[in-house]
Amino acid sequence: MTRRLLTGNAAAAWGARLAEVDYVPAFPITPQTEIIETLAAWLDAGEMPGRMVTLESEHSMITAAGAAAATGVRVFSATSSQGLLYGMEMVYTVAGWRAPFVLINVSRGLASPLTLESDHDDILAARDSGFLQIHCSTCQEVLDSVLLAYRLGEDQRVRLPVIVNLDGFYLSFTREPVEIPDPQAVSGFLPDFDPETTRFRASAPASQAVAVLGGSPYSYFRYETHLGALNAVAVYEEAAAAFSETFGRSHPAVEAYRCDDAEIVFVMIGSFATKAKQAVDRLRDAGWAIGLVRPRLLRPFPSGQLLAVLAGRQGVAVIDQNISMGKGGVLHTELASALYGKPEAPPILVGFIGGLGGRDISPEEFYEIAAVTRQAVADGVAPEPRLLYTHDELREMRKLQAIAHTERNELESDR
Amino acid sequence: MTERIFKRMKDLPSTHLLGTGTPMCAGCGGLEALHEIYDVLGPRTVFINAAGCMTLLSVYPFTPFRGSWLYTAMASAPAGAQGVRDGLDILLEQKRMPPEEDLEVVVLTGDGAAYGMGLSATSGAIERGLDFLYICYDNEGYGNTGQQFSAATPHAAKTATSGGPAGFRGYKKDLFAIWAAHQPAYVATVIGAEPLDLAQKIARAKSLEGPRLIIALAPCPTGWDYEPRESVDIGRLAVKTGAWPLKEYVDGKVVHTRIPHPRLPVEEYLKKQGRFAHLFSPVRNEALLAEIQERVDAYWAGVDE
Repeated sequence: MTRRLLTGNAAAAWGARLAEVDYVPAFPITPQTEIIETLAAWLDAGEMPGRMVTLESEHSMITAAGAAAATGVRVFSATSSQGLLYGMEMVYTVAGWRAPFVLINVSRGLASPLTLESDHDDILAARDSGFLQIHCSTCQEVLDSVLLAYRLGEDQRVRLPVIVNLDGFYLSFTREPVEIPDPQAVSGFLPDFDPETTRFRASAPASQAVAVLGGSPYSYFRYETHLGALNAVAVYEEAAAAFSETFGRSHPAVEAYRCDDAEIVFVMIGSFATKAKQAVDRLRDAGWAIGLVRPRLLRPFPSGQLLAVLAGRQGVAVIDQNISMGKGGVLHTELASALYGKPEAPPILVGFIGGLGGRDISPEEFYEIAAVTRQAVADGVAPEPRLLYTHDELREMRKLQAIAHTERNELESDR
Repeated sequence: MTERIFKRMKDLPSTHLLGTGTPMCAGCGGLEALHEIYDVLGPRTVFINAAGCMTLLSVYPFTPFRGSWLYTAMASAPAGAQGVRDGLDILLEQKRMPPEEDLEVVVLTGDGAAYGMGLSATSGAIERGLDFLYICYDNEGYGNTGQQFSAATPHAAKTATSGGPAGFRGYKKDLFAIWAAHQPAYVATVIGAEPLDLAQKIARAKSLEGPRLIIALAPCPTGWDYEPRESVDIGRLAVKTGAWPLKEYVDGKVVHTRIPHPRLPVEEYLKKQGRFAHLFSPVRNEALLAEIQERVDAYWAGVDE
């Protein structure tokens, strides 16, 4: 085992290398590109076996990934944002092939307006596809989650592709100390890929991904995929336990930080949860009974684990780095559906939207979220969801608008 | 690979491999071509399909193929072929699969995918030198959705979206030239109505490595509006009138494999199809008929006969 400073992207590449992936269909997109550059360098230098091919689009890349997995080899791929959306037809399609592989998504906000910086609208657009989702908050988790993802997706009870998500810039380009596991230990944890009957061989002709006629077979196969995804909750916990035993690092489906006696908890996914942890520490110093709950597994949705850890709390503040237009935060809605009608569910669930397009969430904002939630607990009424946006930001935005107006007026007066 | 020789009609395979009872329309010229192609290729194949009429060949739990099949989507069948070919190659290289388990990877799409939505994926696959065979059954329109015009629709044809007096105002895209411009191992046009020419080309394609692409003109009773029994005659007329030149691109050269002598007037081909009926009645559209003939003549004027 060695410890190195690695970016999140390099950690993802290390995960693929240690998983001894056979095939890497690729297409560059910021902020993911470093992953495929790293793998390309290793493959060119003969430091890892396998083959990489650059397709002409993400749509083709995900098709090739699914097709190779359906042929019976271990496949790794990576994308981000617009790329994930360009390939979205195939994200849905290949999930139904039940041929597991791992896809990294480096989260980045979606156009319009165009941005390079991070939020979770891209990955949540794939929420209902059949791909499982693991969300990371550190570079170490990125590496570890790639290994967990193969074990999870390839399990006979699951047989689904998995997306491992890391936040663009905040993780992709941030170096953290990462323990690189010993390859032998990895082989013990992650057996060779057994494609079972999902493969193409001359002696065993197979028709894969065929059409159906009518809603009855369609419903059957769609629900089978759903049941496979639901199985992944228990399979994930098994894999995480084995991982912890092998490598000494714990990655539960739902992380609970300083929750033991917490009356109020933050709920977040991704790298910004590390900011929430710091805020929890400061608030604890100030005497607050507060903690953080962070689902790592978002598909399947770990409803049981969330209910168990949130049971009996007074208030929950969900911080969504995403926005479902015309509805609000996706995690807020998902959590509400998991808690609704459960007698032990916390009475107050408050929604906040923040961190869109890489916008930071400051410690003061976490304190404010905590205060708003505590007030809601006292009042017995949850306020409407709100956007984290400061007066200073709005003033800066007004300045940009003033420049835009001034420049346009200047152009028009020249005509 | 060695090339199987087909010199005369009686050399053609007498055992037919593709199963019957498919949901293709009666008289489907695409299915006719596929039958003949499959007899030469055999069951050690995996067909990678894009959305189109032939997607309905394999509907759970039936398939007419003795070999394998993977449906992808409309735009990315060549990328599916890339994944399967690479997967098989990796297994062969690492000796995780014996060579006798290997398969020929065959893309099967209609003209909608080949001429339009899937062209980028095809271009990518050729440029990467992918070892695969591409079969396009070209019925000159989006047939599976009711024959709207596509980039393969010929000038003046009436379709579900070009029903005016002049029919389709555009011109059929020259996919053969576009594919050949990529300098792949092999490109050919075929038609089911000329089975010997077809078998010779498929055998040649099978003997080569790299990207090999075939466009099969697919007379379509439903889309072209004629009686199913006429499919073979119409196919032959497509060749005899010069409307569908049979040719191949190999080693950087284009060679015509059937040069019609004498070349019949193109209206012999057009008048048998309802999609061109507006050129003949209620009055003959002499200008449009002349334009179509001139285009055919101009094509053959550029061919060394």
